[in-house]
Amino acid sequence: MRPSHQARTHRAASPWLFLLPGLAVIAVFDLYPFLTTVWHSFTDARTLLPGHWVGLRNFQDMLHDDQFWTALRNSTLYVALVVPCTVLLPLLLALLVQPRIRFVGFFRAAFYTPVLASVVVVALIWNWMLDDRGLVNGILHALGAGPVPFLGDGWLLLFSAMALTVWKGLGYYMVIYLAALANVPRELHEAASVDGAGAVRRFLSVTVPSVRSTMVLVGALSSVAAFKVFSEVFLMAGPTGGPAGADTTLVMLVERTGTGLSGRVGYASALSLVVFVITLALMLLVLRAGRGEDAP
Amino acid sequence: MTRVWGRVLRYVVLLAVLVITVGPFLWQLSTSLKGRTEDIYTFPPRLLPRHPTLGNYKGVADIVPVWSYALNSLTVAVANVVTNLVGASLAGYALARLRFRGRGAATLAFVLALLVPLESIVIAQLTLMRQLGLNNTLIAVVLPGCVGAMNVLLMRDAFGHLPYETEEAAVIDGAGVWQRFARISLPSVKGTLAVVAVFSFMGSWDDFLWPLIVLSDSSKFTLTVGLNYLHGTFSSNQRLVAAGTVIAVAPLVVMFACLQRYFFRGVAEGSVKG
Repeated sequence: MRPSHQARTHRAASPWLFLLPGLAVIAVFDLYPFLTTVWHSFTDARTLLPGHWVGLRNFQDMLHDDQFWTALRNSTLYVALVVPCTVLLPLLLALLVQPRIRFVGFFRAAFYTPVLASVVVVALIWNWMLDDRGLVNGILHALGAGPVPFLGDGWLLLFSAMALTVWKGLGYYMVIYLAALANVPRELHEAASVDGAGAVRRFLSVTVPSVRSTMVLVGALSSVAAFKVFSEVFLMAGPTGGPAGADTTLVMLVERTGTGLSGRVGYASALSLVVFVITLALMLLVLRAGRGEDAP
Repeated sequence: MTRVWGRVLRYVVLLAVLVITVGPFLWQLSTSLKGRTEDIYTFPPRLLPRHPTLGNYKGVADIVPVWSYALNSLTVAVANVVTNLVGASLAGYALARLRFRGRGAATLAFVLALLVPLESIVIAQLTLMRQLGLNNTLIAVVLPGCVGAMNVLLMRDAFGHLPYETEEAAVIDGAGVWQRFARISLPSVKGTLAVVAVFSFMGSWDDFLWPLIVLSDSSKFTLTVGLNYLHGTFSSNQRLVAAGTVIAVAPLVVMFACLQRYFFRGVAEGSVKG
């Protein structure tokens, strides 16, 4: 082989050698499983059994499945109640720790602690605090309020899990907002305060417009995350989803249906596909709504 | 005068948020240090244990093999860091700095992978692991996330921001593409490498859904799955559960405390660019 030819083949092949590990992993463990999910959703596959083509039957079954509708309702409620809090509260928190005052570095780092911890850890901590005899009910009792069955009632369980999600995300989204706020010119705020605008006016007319694209981004990220909620509810309400399964979310239903030796892989795949389509739609919807408001 | 009061008010609110965000962790730490004889339900709550003891840490290890779960978690997390650093920097470098046919398609493949939520393919991943005979192994826990698409795109971004001049000089000196990558470009993106490393470690150590699904043999459990089991079986003993959670969160708090400055800078940069 002539040296020049060798050099050329080496040069042409090396980009693909660089890409090989990464491309192989996403092809085998992301893209191929996605195609399998689509295929399985039209079959009656079960654990260890390939199954047969059943057309749209899985999707028709879904329409008559009460568990599916409960799960869809819970996951949708999760988005509707969690996302507004996740867009607004971390922004206020970022404004709080933005000025370079003493100890601010400590506060920023401390507010990030819930992000560091595993959802399993924080759910166990919350379970302990929200226990009938836990800290929160102790405080409520001291204030003269009766014990609240946070972990016994279906709705209260779901709301508690939502509060946990918001609490755990505060520090994460705060950091994203801090980065955005760093790019807002100080002069804008100073000009507004010279004009005599109060804190609320300045927030609405200076801060919000200048970090709007970040709010849209946070909205998109947290919508997708909230719709896919699994761990918080699984850990607080238990694997079966609280009293009579009333707290089951869509991803919990996927996990429950598709795993185990008698797992209905076909039906679980159809449910997975619903999760995929709705998360994608949510993301596009939020991004589009954000862009739409930009127009004059 | 109003300025002083404004500052006082700001610190009051900061302290209130501190109680809400960090308080629960301190309460858990306190519970884990309280002995069997100390009432943990008293009100007003006692944050400082009267007779602090490490007995619960020994007690929790007697019930579930919490240290071997921690070792499983550590193995998985370290493997995840190494594979992500190697795989993402290699792929990111090719996407940012090499010219070849198919670069656009390769970039698109990573973006598409990012759009597929893990939750919607876990069942198919489990089926795949069964076919490969890898289900119920730590290898199966690591494999699906061993080169994260997000990390590849982060590294691509970092390499893309390097000035071309540094590499041009190396090309003139006759350095091959591997030397340029390893000797010149890689040392210039240490900040992003650190972010990828920290997030890979954290993501892997904290992960729950995938190890829960793919591991069935309790001796293979990672710490998060083991803690869920501990909670289900012995939820009545809050002291032991508390000790287990402290073991799970302590390594991350220590790591974060050490890397904090570095980390905030890196994350902020990443989110602006990303």
